[in-house]
Amino acid sequence: MLLISCPNCGSRDETEFHYGGQAHVPYPENPNDLTDREWAEYLFYRENTKGTFAERWVHSTGCRQWFNMLRDTVTYDIQAVYPMGVPRPAAPFPPAADTGTASTGAASTTPLSPSTAPEGATK
Amino acid sequence: MANTAAFTGINGLREIRRSPASHLAEAFETGSVQGTVTLNEGPFQTMAGVRVDPRSEAGTRIGSVTGGLPVRCGEVRGTDRVSVLWLGPQEFLVVAPEDAHDSLGGDLIGSLKSALGDGAGQVVDLSANRTTFELSGPQARAVLEKGCALDLHPRVLKPGTALNTEVGNIPVVLFKTGEESFRLFPRASFADYLGRWLLDAMREFASPEVP
Repeated sequence: MLLISCPNCGSRDETEFHYGGQAHVPYPENPNDLTDREWAEYLFYRENTKGTFAERWVHSTGCRQWFNMLRDTVTYDIQAVYPMGVPRPAAPFPPAADTGTASTGAASTTPLSPSTAPEGATK
Repeated sequence: MANTAAFTGINGLREIRRSPASHLAEAFETGSVQGTVTLNEGPFQTMAGVRVDPRSEAGTRIGSVTGGLPVRCGEVRGTDRVSVLWLGPQEFLVVAPEDAHDSLGGDLIGSLKSALGDGAGQVVDLSANRTTFELSGPQARAVLEKGCALDLHPRVLKPGTALNTEVGNIPVVLFKTGEESFRLFPRASFADYLGRWLLDAMREFASPEVP
């Protein structure tokens, strides 16, 4: 079981989250100009990284907010958790959030800046 | 010609309203261990789902109706009658006694709606969405710990904290109301499952403790 540190709620069990696939896949600026192949690549083609991978998660049983996460697909080590719309952080990563038992989030500090931009607009 | 008398109590429907776990009331009574851990289904409550940016003008207006909006995970604000539970940075659950509902002479939903006005957000009457379980007693924490991964120790979880989490693998809003009492808000369709799950988790406390 992974303990995932939600930016709003603190660390919670993996079962409270849902996976959202690869992060930072921008919506094409002019989808009508794309060939079928380019459109298919936007829709269906994703990295299959062995190692550190940027991905989206949603805390579906908690605050229902999306966030990005850098996770090692081999060791499952969570290296960084950062808000939607923020570019992928470069190493070295900020210190890992609290570990241990799932927390009640009382210590969590910064609520995600509630971006009102539609999904996909700022990735 | 409308029968005006029939409109009292929501066209007479109030009398035939059944709570989602009413069929378990007897089992809750026999399954409770007085002085150790007790479980019962609470009375109907008026609940409203509110989505609004608490820093916006509409958020301030709604906060003045409810007695403030919580700002972080776990926080509960409100007045004697109304509790506002934090569900997300812009999502709140307003809980009040049943008679606060507009159809029973109250004005909670209507006043929330008029407070929101034209502001961005929504107010939805969710009174039938969830039911209320009251679990209390010195072993209430031990019962919950069988199916909740949160740290429920009193040094971490203080009374007056409400958290959206999982209990017994289903989503539940867990509200710690006192040192030894918890209120659980499962969705109505999960009430039967969670009621039976809690009864099963409580069963060991009816037997003498094995040293």
